Amino acid sequence: MPSLPDAATPDAAALAKQAAAHQSHDPHVADVDLQPALFDWLCRMGDNSLVLGHRLSEWCGHGPALEEDIALANTALDLIGQTQMWLALAGEVEDAGRTADDLAYLRDTSKFRNLKLVELPNDDLAVTLMRGFLFDAFHFELLKELAGSSSPRVAEIAAKALKEVSYHLERSSDLVVRLGDGTTESHERMQAALNRLWPYTGEMFKADGVDEAVAEAGIAPKLSDVLPVWQRTVDDVLSEATLAKPDRKFDAQTGGKQGRHTEHLGFLLAEMQFLQRAYPGASW
Amino acid sequence: MSKKEWPLWEIFIRGQHGLNHRHVGSLHAPDAEMAIRNARDVYTRRKEGVSIWVVPSAQITASSPSEKGPMYDPAESKVYRHPTFYDIPDEVGHM
Repeated sequence: MPSLPDAATPDAAALAKQAAAHQSHDPHVADVDLQPALFDWLCRMGDNSLVLGHRLSEWCGHGPALEEDIALANTALDLIGQTQMWLALAGEVEDAGRTADDLAYLRDTSKFRNLKLVELPNDDLAVTLMRGFLFDAFHFELLKELAGSSSPRVAEIAAKALKEVSYHLERSSDLVVRLGDGTTESHERMQAALNRLWPYTGEMFKADGVDEAVAEAGIAPKLSDVLPVWQRTVDDVLSEATLAKPDRKFDAQTGGKQGRHTEHLGFLLAEMQFLQRAYPGASW
Repeated sequence: MSKKEWPLWEIFIRGQHGLNHRHVGSLHAPDAEMAIRNARDVYTRRKEGVSIWVVPSAQITASSPSEKGPMYDPAESKVYRHPTFYDIPDEVGHM
């Protein structure tokens, strides 16, 4: 058989380059000094949405009602879509030929830069919804600031993601209020979820050298500026939900952004990456 | 524990400005606000709509199928009730 060019499998790297040629010019993308920090920061953005998106996708077919099932799956798909944009840009900044898929499917646990909060198991719907709310409230504020980023590429992605995340926050805060201020059982479960997740929330605002470098370049806001807005949203929603803010440290669990994860991420990646690891380059 | 079902809602979606809302299906939700959200998630995932109406299914009164004869048959063979004897100018558009 003569070997014909494989027309069905697009050359992803070439397509990405082609698409990139049509993007707005962004001086930050080729800034050599900023490159390591910017790459890491873009991975943080992409990995948060990837890992949370994967967690939410685990509910598909298991939701408590058809309507809730499909709503969770929609949110998961929004987040995976955002991941594609963040990780594609990360690959471009790194300039080593890695695509969004390579970054998602071929990195090991210690190379993932997501918050520990998003990798925790779903547990029950109370934990899933409360985690969603605590993250959405942060995600929303962050994207709002990023929409005015000094990097046009970052601003474009943020503007697109912001529309989706506005809905995520609207939905998750509404459900936290309904269930927190619901029956005795739903109240207790939401309070237990909040208590469990609380020590993981502080990591969102704990800035390190990477956060400082991108803030310095005007690409991202200072996390210390995002914190008070997040606190206000959380206080308002929790009080409406008749839930008590835990009286304990909110940043006892950190390290995910630097690649030090809980034992749960490895299991998640094992499932998510299995196909590409077992059949490298497989596509459909 | 007894499992309480949420009430059923009928969902109407307007596909484009200028067209009517059309019935697309039904879903369960605890109240009208959630019914709108659920309808957004269940029925507008592929950009199907620009507006959603939700109506409690219990509020709909339906005609009885057993009265089909007296209800609809008399309209048969009354072609003069169709406005097909007029020429409608193209500019009128969708009617």
